[in-house]
Amino acid sequence: MREKVIIAEKLTKRFGDFTAVDAISFDVNKGEIFGFLGANGAGKTTAMRMLSGLSLPTSGNATVAGFDVYRENEKIKRNIGYMSQKFSLYEDLTVRENIRFYAGIYGKSSSFIRDKTTAVLQRLHLTGEADKLVKSLPLGWKQKLAFSVAIFHEPRLVFLDEPTGGVDPVTRREFWQLIYEAAAEGITVFVTTHYMDEAEYCDRVSIMVDGRIDALDSPSVLKQQFGARSMDDVFLKLARKAQRTAD
Amino acid sequence: MGNGGVKLKRKMYAVSVNNIAKSYGAKKNVTPALHGISFDVKPGELFGLIGPDGAGKTTLFRILTTLLLPDKGTASVDGFDVVNAYKSIRRRVGYMPGRFSLYQDLTVKENLDFFATIFNTSIEKNYDLVKDIYAQIEPFSNRMAGKLSGGMKQKLALSCALIHRPSVLFLDEPTTGVDAVSRKEFWEMLKRLKAEGITILVSTPYMDEAGMCDRVALIQSGRLLEMDTPSAIIRDFSKKLLALKGPDMLTLLQAIRSHKDVADAYPFGEFHHVVLEQDDESGLLGYLQDNGIAFEAKMAVPDIEDCFIQLMKEER
Repeated sequence: MREKVIIAEKLTKRFGDFTAVDAISFDVNKGEIFGFLGANGAGKTTAMRMLSGLSLPTSGNATVAGFDVYRENEKIKRNIGYMSQKFSLYEDLTVRENIRFYAGIYGKSSSFIRDKTTAVLQRLHLTGEADKLVKSLPLGWKQKLAFSVAIFHEPRLVFLDEPTGGVDPVTRREFWQLIYEAAAEGITVFVTTHYMDEAEYCDRVSIMVDGRIDALDSPSVLKQQFGARSMDDVFLKLARKAQRTAD
Repeated sequence: MGNGGVKLKRKMYAVSVNNIAKSYGAKKNVTPALHGISFDVKPGELFGLIGPDGAGKTTLFRILTTLLLPDKGTASVDGFDVVNAYKSIRRRVGYMPGRFSLYQDLTVKENLDFFATIFNTSIEKNYDLVKDIYAQIEPFSNRMAGKLSGGMKQKLALSCALIHRPSVLFLDEPTTGVDAVSRKEFWEMLKRLKAEGITILVSTPYMDEAGMCDRVALIQSGRLLEMDTPSAIIRDFSKKLLALKGPDMLTLLQAIRSHKDVADAYPFGEFHHVVLEQDDESGLLGYLQDNGIAFEAKMAVPDIEDCFIQLMKEER
């Protein structure tokens, strides 16, 4: 049996009488690229906050990287990586300083940081820019660097929250190449996106509607199941049923 | 072009941009945002400015709405020069910035009233124009704007940009961060406004929205890569395009890229798109078979994103 990196059972979060996440159950396998889709306001962010140890569930159970979301949320934080379109790197630190800062936070040794920094810079073709401030880099480079920093400490799982928003189409694909490579090394990738072509790049995709997971399978099975030509069609068919208004 | 020509262009076009350049910063630390770009928008046209973050879209919008001075070049909106006649422009354009810029501590109705009053008009006078959009948020007319959801904020911002019945509407990335369903609804709203005769200049990083525009300019790093109707841009894609998929997409992509007939190959939804150097694909397909790589192949019709990728790579 494949190793599970996330197991969620009836995971629920209520704010007052509003149920943001309504008893969702699903598993994510080791090394899988798992797409987490849903309209604005469907509950994606709340679910991700619970899974990354930032918010306690109201009810239900979940383990992430083998740790319980209620009792071991600090251990979860140490064993995952996270990046989003909004929060990524420190603009006023150089490329090298950002890497050292984040790796240091995760308690990596100086020799580990030194050796791996060289490899990461080469992989990203950023060796010549290592001592430049991050704010001087184009957005696409920043996002690729932010991803490499998020997995620098070799977490078992990385959460990516709309990592490619506003990125040009060439760099967007280079970014996905990095995702594939990370998954091949055994890092599980949990990703949200508004680009439906990117949903096709995932091994499996879940679609949240009004706090529940309404569909979960590989893109090809989902398309068959909904008689749709593309993931865009699948998404529209499901999301149009939503009763809640956005956000 | 002589002075007479410029005047004529101003009259003919709702927006006319002539060799506009703009850089930020000073001395050693200059960041160019626009490198002398030119284009014209016809009255009543729905014109899309398509490009990623950092392409210069917002800088251009700020120049055209008279909030920023260009370093070089000239531009006019509705016949008025953006530098000399900025007051006339401000009276007749609507502008929805990329960031929500309404008063968070005024209610929905107060915001709309405020913008109507500033332009010497009233909600009642132009209600028919905003009705379709505003009706959706009217049940919340006493709610503070800051307490609205993302989708409702967007509708209020559009209503406020429209309430003085502008002749030209500038929308800076109205669909960024918005889910696929809301994006479709937003473009439906724009089509209805276009039918009212309003010229619309809209920017977006989503390539798939290009098809909703009459004409588009593809913009990258402050330069226009191409400008035409979406169908003409696609027609200009001169090379043969294939779509391939297989059980192991990563191995397939690496094998495709290693073949000499391949000009470019990249993931594209459930397929890889393969741009060929020549019209004959048999060399590539035979090579994949010989190497024992499972795949299925079909001819593909390029879309705007394929065109953008090729134009970007030619530019590099």
